[in-house]
Amino acid sequence: MSRSRIRESEVTDEAVYLRRRELLRLGAGAALGLGLGGCPAADEAGARSSDTTDGTERPPEIEGFREAPPAYRVEDEQTRHADATGYNNFYEFGTDKRDPARHAHRLRTEPWSVVIDGEVGRPGRVPLETLLAPHALEERIYRLRCVEAWSMVLPWIGFPLADLLKRFEPTSKARFVAFETLLDPEQMPGQRRNVLDWPYREGLRIDEAMHPLTILAVGLYGRRLPNQNGAPLRLVVPWKYGFKSIKSIVRISLSEQQPLTSWHQQAPDEYGFYANVNPQVDHPRWSQARERRLGEFFKRPTAPFNGYADEVASLYEGMDLRRFF
Amino acid sequence: MPGSPSRSRVPRWLPQALAIGLAIGPAAELALRFSLEGFGADPIEAGMHRTGESGLRLLLLSLTVTPLRRLFGWSALAPLRRTLGLAAFVYACLHLLTWAALEHALDGAAILEDVTERPYVMAGLGAFALLSPLALTSTRRWMKRLGPRWVRLHRLVYLAAILAVVHHFWLVKADYGPPLVHAAWLAALLGARIPWWLRSRRG
Repeated sequence: MSRSRIRESEVTDEAVYLRRRELLRLGAGAALGLGLGGCPAADEAGARSSDTTDGTERPPEIEGFREAPPAYRVEDEQTRHADATGYNNFYEFGTDKRDPARHAHRLRTEPWSVVIDGEVGRPGRVPLETLLAPHALEERIYRLRCVEAWSMVLPWIGFPLADLLKRFEPTSKARFVAFETLLDPEQMPGQRRNVLDWPYREGLRIDEAMHPLTILAVGLYGRRLPNQNGAPLRLVVPWKYGFKSIKSIVRISLSEQQPLTSWHQQAPDEYGFYANVNPQVDHPRWSQARERRLGEFFKRPTAPFNGYADEVASLYEGMDLRRFF
Repeated sequence: MPGSPSRSRVPRWLPQALAIGLAIGPAAELALRFSLEGFGADPIEAGMHRTGESGLRLLLLSLTVTPLRRLFGWSALAPLRRTLGLAAFVYACLHLLTWAALEHALDGAAILEDVTERPYVMAGLGAFALLSPLALTSTRRWMKRLGPRWVRLHRLVYLAAILAVVHHFWLVKADYGPPLVHAAWLAALLGARIPWWLRSRRG
């Protein structure tokens, strides 16, 4: 493949993504154990319904979602598809940014079920289809700010977490919501090393969980979530650092006590439970004042609450955000 | 040189070609990746990591030359020490430049804050500061001019290597695998020298 053709295709996000996968597959792909981040069902069955013209796969398109109101769609330029799906922190598949795209094809997202338990009136294990059935999907364009000082702008498809929680009737004791990612070192080879205390856990205060900006996402760029982006179901909390937005969720527990969360447990001085984006409070080892928006060359200033201060700052009124970082 | 049976069998150009290959490899790989796959999501981060990692590994490789030479009598390797050490310094320069010019866009205040508030940056700068005089005095002429003091000066390389490993260790988020490998490698290199140092003292 000639260099100039690749260069040319950079203009078109999808094309460069598809070509790159193809290129990698032709080249070192086999040796590196590269797979396609796409639909595992299609992988297994060989029924490549979502094939594109050049033979690579993408997750299937999502039918019938609507555009969210403008309040939920930032106008910033969206991150290139190749970056959003090729540059990920998902330590379950390895700690290099490119590991998730390489290894996430091992994840089987069908069948999938989610356990809802704790302080709810109707606990139980619910198949994903049943869990999603009553919810109308909408596309929201959110900024995503990683604690490592880079950021993206992503078109998620999902629905408010609040709508789901209400169905299971939280009790009056439900003050927090805890989430867990799948634990299966066979499918998630990164879990064979104790980089974190698996399974990955995250949590929110109930008012944060019920906030209209907080969504559960099932899609990205008009299609089902690629595995490396947290298929089949992930949390998106746009005013918090990215590690709060837990991926590939298998359990949602409501509790009276603040739950233990993975990064906080790993390094309590570095990662707080709240983890609200805050340019005033540096990470002990790097500044949070600026961020590199992927696709831009130099860093830009970081906004308090990742630019969602008008919507969420009131949740933290009277709290010392240096202490509760 | 005593104990160098391999000298006659190994072509003279081979070790240096190997060293040059090791030195150019990481830069070539990065250039190839950028040209084939595009600059990727975060080329500055990629460049900073690759130059830093390569510099550290080349430094450790240059320190590996002497133990190999002594243990196996591979005296043909001796000239590699300088080539690898200088290559390490070139990567350290690129690493520093990427950090100052691209990561911080030469913003003096941001650079100063990074240096004063983050111990890992201080450790990295310390390693660079120690390597600089070694690179400058790496010529034959400087070796002659400094005489025995040259050897003493160049022992700073051990301190630089320790600081470079610490620099890497302190910036890692959770996956301590790679810095541990480097630390173990350095520990083995230093450990291998202990008996020789003891012997040279007694002698």
